[in-house]
Amino acid sequence: MLGTNLEHIKSVEEFNEVIESNENVMICCGRMGPMCLPVYDVMENLEEKYENVKFYDMEFDAPHAHVLRNHESASGFMGLPFTFYFKNGKAVKATTSIQNKKQIKTIIEEHLV
Amino acid sequence: MNVKHYDAIVLGAGAAGLTAGIYLARANLKTLIINEGSIGGQMVLTHAVANYPGVLEASGRDISLIMKKQAKEFGCDIESNVEITKLDLNSNKKMIEIDDDEVFTSDVVILATGGKPRKLGAKNEDKFKGFGISYCATCDGDFYTDKDVIVVGGGNSALEEAVSLTKWVRSITIVHQFDNFQATDHAIEQAKKNDKISFILESEITEYLGEQQVEGVKIQNQKTGEFSELKTDGVFVYVGYIPNTDNFKDIIDLSERQEILTDANMQTNIKGVFSAGDVRIKKIRQITTAVSDGTIAALNAIEYLQN
Ligand SMILES: Cc1cc2nc3c(=O)[nH]c(=O)nc-3n(C[C@H](O)[C@H](O)[C@H](O)COP(=O)(O)OP(=O)(O)OC[C@H]3O[C@@H](n4cnc5c(N)ncnc54)[C@H](O)[C@@H]3O)c2cc1C
Repeated sequence: MLGTNLEHIKSVEEFNEVIESNENVMICCGRMGPMCLPVYDVMENLEEKYENVKFYDMEFDAPHAHVLRNHESASGFMGLPFTFYFKNGKAVKATTSIQNKKQIKTIIEEHLV
Repeated sequence: MNVKHYDAIVLGAGAAGLTAGIYLARANLKTLIINEGSIGGQMVLTHAVANYPGVLEASGRDISLIMKKQAKEFGCDIESNVEITKLDLNSNKKMIEIDDDEVFTSDVVILATGGKPRKLGAKNEDKFKGFGISYCATCDGDFYTDKDVIVVGGGNSALEEAVSLTKWVRSITIVHQFDNFQATDHAIEQAKKNDKISFILESEITEYLGEQQVEGVKIQNQKTGEFSELKTDGVFVYVGYIPNTDNFKDIIDLSERQEILTDANMQTNIKGVFSAGDVRIKKIRQITTAVSDGTIAALNAIEYLQN
């Protein structure tokens, strides 16, 4: 499990439940490395600002993370973390490698809220 | 707009800024640290710090979290992941606006904004970030298992990361702009004796080639000016750090390399403005030296406020 203050998704069932029962979901799938930590940090920061978006993480090396590692929107991704934005159960955007707060906010504003 | 006044504002929550925050808050000064990125700054990039005295070995993130806790427990406020949108350091009362919607004023400011990785500046660099361009071997190395990659740079980071990548990749070409390395003898020897590593020296990458992903690079020989192309599956970039001084380059005296000039008391050219850490002009950039600068800047800022 990742050592962040975000909620962790710990199974495929939970993943399906999360994206289906929430309108707006951002999930960061990564490890505890230098490219991932800043993204979790931004997400923790944005949790307060965007109450209608749910923020989660998923451990990249966990068996159930295949749902995101091999997600169709992540094709060609070769940089951690893989970050996904779901609206009504559908991935509307995904990014690879580190993103800063401004980039993440822009995506949330454009695709989620 | 809501304006909040502090005795001291520190820009940057890396080792230098957090240390300054600890000292200022402990002296009962109302202190705010404003940080553009994540708390810990470059420390977060280090998986295992083994040379910070008093700590046997810990991840840079864990050390950062302890420093943050210390600063907060002494009463320091911290705003992180914000953007500085306005700055006035010249007046006696310093003013800093963040995210276009909050204004803070203070009597002293400590600039501890550290450094950021230098980009190569080659064509298509942003397009291929995460699609064949990486800045972190330990993070992304396993995506390149049995592939051929390039490492750009000639310092300790480039050579050490190249050696660490050899556990995944098939081959590594180190592309470096000079004919010699700016690294320790040990790092050079380890890279040179590794069979998977070869070198293209006095050359620079000018363009990343490919459709969806990096498939090759265009390289210019610095001596002859000639261009050539090299096929590759990925490029890891380690070309050093540049100081974060964009926000105050017109106000604060900087060196040719854009580092902040200070005296031995960490005083800048402006009264009431001090600086600490990697952003300052100096030769050795380590956590220990950042912590030392932060201490000196804070104690001198306290003295300044008392007079
Ligand atoms: C890969 C790597 C490994 C390293 N390993 C070691 C090691 O093992 N041991 C060691 O002692 N040292 C190591 N170092 C060096 C050490 O990490 C740095 O010297 C030290 O952390 C610098 O601290 P700092 O506070 O000066 O700056 P930084 O850590 O760069 O912190 C500056 C902070 O300011 C923020 N900021 C930037 N611009 C602004 C702005 N305009 N306004 C507000 N905030 C801003 C940044 O987001 C950042 O959080 C390593 C460095 C790297 C890159």
